[in-house]
Amino acid sequence: MTISLSSYPPQQIAALEAAYDATVARKRLRFIAGLIVFVGLLIVAGLGAEVAPKTFVEKIGNFVGYFDRILNLDTGKRVWTDPAEWFWGWQKWLKLLAETLLLSYVGTGIGAVGAFCLNFFAAANVSPHPVARFVVRRFLEFCRTVPGIVFALIFVIAFGLGPMAGVLAIAIHSVGALGKLYSEQVENIDMKPLEGVRSTGASWMSSMRFAVLPQVMPGFASYSLLRFEINVREASVMGFVGAGGIGQELVVAVRKFFYSDVSAILLMIIITIFLIDVCTGWLRGRLFGPGRRS
Amino acid sequence: MTPAVQNASVIVAKYPELFHGSRSARRKAFAAASVALALFVFGCWYLDFSLERLIVGTRQLGWFILLMIPPDPGSSLPTYLHAMGETLSIAFLGTLLGALLALPFSLLAAKNIIPSIFLRFPVRRFLDSIRGIDTLIWALVWINVVGLGPFAGVLAIATSDFGAFGKLFSEAIEGGDHKQVEGIRAAGGSKLHEIRFGLMPQVLPVLAGQILYYIESNTRSATIIGIVGAGGIGLQLAEQIRVLEWQKVSTLVLMILIAVAVIDFISSRLRFAIIGRAGEARH
Repeated sequence: MTISLSSYPPQQIAALEAAYDATVARKRLRFIAGLIVFVGLLIVAGLGAEVAPKTFVEKIGNFVGYFDRILNLDTGKRVWTDPAEWFWGWQKWLKLLAETLLLSYVGTGIGAVGAFCLNFFAAANVSPHPVARFVVRRFLEFCRTVPGIVFALIFVIAFGLGPMAGVLAIAIHSVGALGKLYSEQVENIDMKPLEGVRSTGASWMSSMRFAVLPQVMPGFASYSLLRFEINVREASVMGFVGAGGIGQELVVAVRKFFYSDVSAILLMIIITIFLIDVCTGWLRGRLFGPGRRS
Repeated sequence: MTPAVQNASVIVAKYPELFHGSRSARRKAFAAASVALALFVFGCWYLDFSLERLIVGTRQLGWFILLMIPPDPGSSLPTYLHAMGETLSIAFLGTLLGALLALPFSLLAAKNIIPSIFLRFPVRRFLDSIRGIDTLIWALVWINVVGLGPFAGVLAIATSDFGAFGKLFSEAIEGGDHKQVEGIRAAGGSKLHEIRFGLMPQVLPVLAGQILYYIESNTRSATIIGIVGAGGIGLQLAEQIRVLEWQKVSTLVLMILIAVAVIDFISSRLRFAIIGRAGEARH
């Protein structure tokens, strides 16, 4: 059996090969240029961040050692041999954890209400006025770009130490983050119901209420739950700057080298966050059907 | 009564379920809403919210804002620029280090590579717990290990990103098309060949997009880890807030806003260049 393959004439093949080589060479050149820029950036960044591989190699033992230490009680025994001693402060810690959860709940609540009021002005398709849209958008951007803990630092000075500063900081950050997500949700709606309601002569308010809201409500609720999850994490460190929650205890334990307390509090935080993740995931699944996890 | 309203009431009477919904569903919704509201009110009470404190604080806040204008770095602009550079370096290096570490672990956590749940499950829970701890807490831990300074910041960002990337990467790997892998297998490739030539070319652009996105969001995290002493602009910010130098505070906040906006712009351009517009919705 013979195989016959038709082939291009040689000069055409030569032209094709030349074009191929040129493309590959150009691609390679671009890759190498990118690589050089990348390595340059890496070196500059390494110098900027005072990366010290030598210190790292010398101290990496400390990292393992640190975990070794936080898993030891003062008596020198492993923590899990004496849970009562390990979790000696569990009543205080549980109370602080509850405070952390409450802090993020109230903060998320205020943030969600604020974002709800603002997002209709920020959405391109329903915003009543371009100026309002511009102002609200810049405001939301500001709220979510300044980190929550920076707000907390400032609020602690204005409102005094305590969870109130933390709640307000979380609320402001949530307004920014949720406002953006909400308005994107509104931008994706089906416009036909809106036209229908408008054609009856409804005001802006009632067209939002009867045409937009029913479409976006599940999305809003889902995003709020997700935000709550994130805020629990954020609230766990609010105490670092004196804004309430479990963070205060943790930072004190770390700074004063109460090793077993560090591991106990960390463990409690991890378990709480894990439980919240599972619960909100379950709730989202129940409310909006599966596939809404992200 | 106008004809329109009369019509409306007739329609309502005819299709009550469209206008009122089922009674038990409404009762459920009402109960849930009241519980949520009650918890909210209880929270406000428990967390010491009082109108008086709110008014006093807001007044002070307004005063602070007046003091912030105009932003003025005084003579410390070089220090601030240096700190900003430090912050950007921390974000960049931390993200890359985290991604590099996460890659092998994400393979272990991906269903299509490790079918056995006994290996996958612990790896996933491990990644989850690392991710569950806030970057600031990691910064505290690393300060204990390598001392104060930006290096601790790099390690903190790398650690928390390790957890996040591990999850994201493994999801990207699971989303990869299986046909290429089967092709490699049919040609007699080993398991490693399947990953290297069948999966990696598919997922690398997605991973690159995610890494860029994280560099951008880590610029934000890196600005604050200085608050606990892990280097960068957060240290300056916390200090200036504590000594009530409001003009310097507003300068620093402005610098953070500008830096984040610039990084945002660059990384989203790069992201589109790598994976096209389609990658936009992936996060």
